[in-house]
Amino acid sequence: MTPNGTAGEKWNLRLYTAGQSPKSLAALDNLKRMCEQHLAGRYTIEVVDLLKNPRLAKDDQIVAIPTLVRKLPEPLRRIVGDLSDTERALVGMQLKQQK
Amino acid sequence: MKMERPQARSLPKAPTGIHGLDEITGGGLPRGRPTLVCGGPGCGKTLLAAEFLIRGATQFDEPGAFITFEETGEELAQNVRSLGFDLDRLVEEQKIALDYVRVERSEIAETGEYDLEGLFLRLGLAIDSVGAKRIVLDTIESLFGGFDNQAVLRSELRRLFRYLKDRGVTAVITGERGDKSYTRQGLEEYVSDCVILLDHRVTEQVSTRRMRIVKYRGTTHGTNEYPFLIDEEGFSVLPMTGLQLDHEVSNERVSSGVPALDAMLDGKGYYRGSSVLISGTAGTGKTSLAAHFAQESARRGERCLYLAFEESPQQLMRNMRTIGVDLEPHVKKGALRLHSARPSLHGLEMHLVQIHKMVSEFKPAAVVIDPISNFIDNSTAIEAQAMLLRLVDFLKAKQVTAVFTHLTSGGNALEATDIGISSLIDTWLLLRDIEVGTARSKGLYVLKSRGMPHAREIREFVVTRRGIELKQVTGKAGKGKRKK
Repeated sequence: MTPNGTAGEKWNLRLYTAGQSPKSLAALDNLKRMCEQHLAGRYTIEVVDLLKNPRLAKDDQIVAIPTLVRKLPEPLRRIVGDLSDTERALVGMQLKQQK
Repeated sequence: MKMERPQARSLPKAPTGIHGLDEITGGGLPRGRPTLVCGGPGCGKTLLAAEFLIRGATQFDEPGAFITFEETGEELAQNVRSLGFDLDRLVEEQKIALDYVRVERSEIAETGEYDLEGLFLRLGLAIDSVGAKRIVLDTIESLFGGFDNQAVLRSELRRLFRYLKDRGVTAVITGERGDKSYTRQGLEEYVSDCVILLDHRVTEQVSTRRMRIVKYRGTTHGTNEYPFLIDEEGFSVLPMTGLQLDHEVSNERVSSGVPALDAMLDGKGYYRGSSVLISGTAGTGKTSLAAHFAQESARRGERCLYLAFEESPQQLMRNMRTIGVDLEPHVKKGALRLHSARPSLHGLEMHLVQIHKMVSEFKPAAVVIDPISNFIDNSTAIEAQAMLLRLVDFLKAKQVTAVFTHLTSGGNALEATDIGISSLIDTWLLLRDIEVGTARSKGLYVLKSRGMPHAREIREFVVTRRGIELKQVTGKAGKGKRKK
């Protein structure tokens, strides 16, 4: 398997935020940029605002904000932070192998 | 001009409902503020926190939120079930909200900035869902294992404690004991209102649990270590109550169960609510004398608790039957309760707490402890004396007449008590070997008996099939030569 995953594989990403905080907005921007770069055309991003639905924080075991969860492809991965450290974010998402 | 003097006012408190803890804290934990409960592994902090929450929900109509970082809700429910609490039902009845916050290092990668808003939202949800007035965070230090960024964690913790105060919930935060500080992550830096330290130590294979209130802002509190017990009814903390000498004093007299002994004690027997010590070497009849008293109490229709630390109830009843003391009917009627335990089975405090509980529940008018020697042998003199002091005070405060037997070893001077309990004892009876003519027999005399004129001479002490008889000692041996 290449670091970028099998070609054509669907990526299902969920970003947990709390309102329009600077960290949340930064995380979404950074995420979109990475996805366009590495996964163009085969990703979906779902933004979950926990201020609107705090129950999901409990159900999905969210502690830190923002948290990105890679639901597909398996296995599930969690990355916390605003994804400003692109290098680590890509490694965390397994879009890139650790050097 | 009159000066207005501000009234000394103590902080509002949230009662824990835990036996003894409210006494030593002067009413409970600081209301609307966080309390830190810390201690080593297995010291009982989670159970203490859980009981605080459950009793709040069931006894004080204060719903609670339990945020657990270490155990799942299921595990927690199972643990508190061992204390007789049904957590599941309370959750169902919306009296307690439960949230298991799982933090696993391996799952989380960190990139860039973040905060713990998710946790705050969960706390808010848990509090709002049941209208919680109390909250437990057990053990929040787990967060340190899950996240790298210490600076974020510290500032978020500070924010967390401020948040809890703003919400006005009475919080219990648990923390693992650190090497140099009360908790590994220095949580005491954030929680400054009340810190309780739990300790579980084993001395000569006997374990004792102790609690100490390290800090309680705005409240006078005991700084002693208080023994506590965890059993099927939850926590019991043993307060050092009654250390003031202000208990009520009775003028009423109760029979010792041996008419001739009553005669020696001003013709009326012991004072009600006094403490009586019967000491003597092995086989001098201490238990027999104590059993007479127990039987007499029960006969009068007064409840008596007999704690036997050397014999089983069956054996005690059988042996006493041979000297004409039949305890069984009184046991069957419920006037007499026989309880046996091995003294070395528990630590001193455990016994004390158990005696407390039994007395509080059974409400006897008389208690026999036969013998107290084993406790004394199993512990240091200071501990033993402290325990007896507490026990005697506790029983006096409840107006319970207490009879203790004490085995003195032959080598010791009989009158010397190795534990210096004389000052605690009101009536002290001594049993010993004496020589009458050429025969050796037993003698009894009253070493002291406060508040009454009592006989000064030694009586011959005879145990017959019909009970104890006391006879005049004749001849020169009446002075009672002491035997080795």
